[in-house]
Amino acid sequence: MPGAARRGGWVVAGLGTAAVLLAAAPLFLSSYPLTLLTQALIYAIFAMSLDILLGYTGLPSLGHAAYFGVGAYAVAILATEFRAGFWTCLVAAVAAAILAGALFGPLAIRAVGTYFLMITLALGMLVWGLAFRWVSVTKGDNGISGLERPTLGPWSFADPTAFYFLSLVTFVVSAACLVVVVRSPFGMSLMGIRESEARMRSLGYNVWLHKYLAFMLAAAFAGVAGFLWAYYNGFVSPVEVQLVTSVEALLMVALGGSGTLVGPALGAGLIVFLKNFVSVYTKRWLLILGGVYICVILFAPGGIIGALKRRPR
Amino acid sequence: MSEIQPLALSGLSKAFGGLHAVAGVDLSVRPGERRAIIGPNGAGKTTLFNLISGDLMPSGGRIVLFGHDVTRLPSFRRAALGLARTFQITTLFPSLSVLENMLLAAQALERTKLMFHRPLGSYGHLYARARAVLESVDLAGKEGETAKNLSHGEQRQLEVALALAGRPRLLLLDEPTAGLSPAESQMMAALLRTLDPAITILIIEHDMDVAFGLADHVMVLHNGRVIADGSPEAVKADPLVAEIYLGTD
Ligand SMILES: Nc1ncnc2c1ncn2[C@@H]1O[C@H](COP(=O)(O)OP(=O)(O)OP(=O)(O)O)[C@@H](O)[C@H]1O
Ligand SMILES: [Mg+2]
Repeated sequence: MPGAARRGGWVVAGLGTAAVLLAAAPLFLSSYPLTLLTQALIYAIFAMSLDILLGYTGLPSLGHAAYFGVGAYAVAILATEFRAGFWTCLVAAVAAAILAGALFGPLAIRAVGTYFLMITLALGMLVWGLAFRWVSVTKGDNGISGLERPTLGPWSFADPTAFYFLSLVTFVVSAACLVVVVRSPFGMSLMGIRESEARMRSLGYNVWLHKYLAFMLAAAFAGVAGFLWAYYNGFVSPVEVQLVTSVEALLMVALGGSGTLVGPALGAGLIVFLKNFVSVYTKRWLLILGGVYICVILFAPGGIIGALKRRPR
Repeated sequence: MSEIQPLALSGLSKAFGGLHAVAGVDLSVRPGERRAIIGPNGAGKTTLFNLISGDLMPSGGRIVLFGHDVTRLPSFRRAALGLARTFQITTLFPSLSVLENMLLAAQALERTKLMFHRPLGSYGHLYARARAVLESVDLAGKEGETAKNLSHGEQRQLEVALALAGRPRLLLLDEPTAGLSPAESQMMAALLRTLDPAITILIIEHDMDVAFGLADHVMVLHNGRVIADGSPEAVKADPLVAEIYLGTD
């Protein structure tokens, strides 16, 4: 027990330091690293949302970019075609992502294990296909450009520092919501499903319902990430919903440590920085991504958090 | 204590391809009854339990649970009617703690399980229930242990505890002593004798001492059929039973 208390102290200290550093970042970071940090925060929301499925419920989705992309496209279309404002876009992005989750969920949840992986992959491809082919709405391969950063009341997020803070606040609120959920009775039920579906059923859980709710929850926060991404990037194209984006998210979760939320957020930061650093020197990002994935599986199956947890014992 | 019949099976069957694992089983169980189900390996005992619990859907026949026809109902609905089971192959939540295992069991039949905005830690009654049941199966000191790190004997105790947490009215025990040493089997048998007499119990058991010590009624299954059914004495004296056990073991 004292060991657990000491570890709890470390966690609080770590989170506190991270919070202070993140809040003060614009003071000591120049614009390029700040932009990367913004990107990391957005991907952190995306990776944490995937962690609800992969790490907590044990559902390895290979099509999570679909919900990220649906959110991003919702913003892009509404903001450029209809000049919709901040809240309209946020609500629409989340609603569209949840709707996609609500539609795809029943198809995906029918399957388990590898089949779940394959169906989510197929559904992800379907969304990619739509983004690519439904030119009248999505502008196809050209993508939707000309997105301007939003304003909210007296604030404009056009300035990179202001947009950084918008991303930071959104990240903190999203993380807080997800932490509350995973510590709730419902969150515990998701871990039960990950551990033993058969036991959950015989105890009296409607496993299908719990998975479905998890699916929509994950979609909703992927939509939040997509919302930020659309404004961040100023441009939305099929790249946002492609397989690589889903795979990157999986790697962020695995690298950081699945089923921990904080791990995937860390993993997102690492991958974003690695990707931008590496792309200065080489175009073989996918190769490196694969290499990192293999190393994680071989040497740190519990990810960074898993490795840290093992130390103090 | 209602007098509703806990369980009635009629013509219950399950075929796996050409194999009739359960072949037309009729059964009616009285409230509070303790019935042992015995039979050689592959007789269809576990399959029978899987049909009753809803883990498998029957190929034919009817299952009536506490007066409700549940033949086509999913297992979670049967659990809500008061049915609980244990598994022959230990089925726990391996990487969760013993207490978390029990909390999952304790909240399973409550609306609480869908609450997502309040910490589980704030539901004191679930903790009280979880700990009371752990106490009753002698696992009180182990609540912080990860389930997969328990000894096999302790895992079997937790297996039973999970089933008890929801206050079942009908309990299906599939070889609770599987893999236990003779001494551990005795302890498990003693534990099962302390269960509330109002709980109706069906128990599959290879250990005859355990089976006959606990049951007031014994049913023998062979090739998916009931070949003997009666008091322990009558079943022991049945020549057909003796023949099957001598012939196959
Ligand atoms: N899911 C399944 N698919 C195909 N055959 C099965 C399945 N489950 C059981 N069987 C077969 O059905 C028959 C009955 O199996 P069951 O597990 O019910 O026996 P049992 O009486 O519980 O045996 P044991 O004492 O070994 O536990 C066996 O021949 C088994 O191989
Ligand atoms: Mg069996």
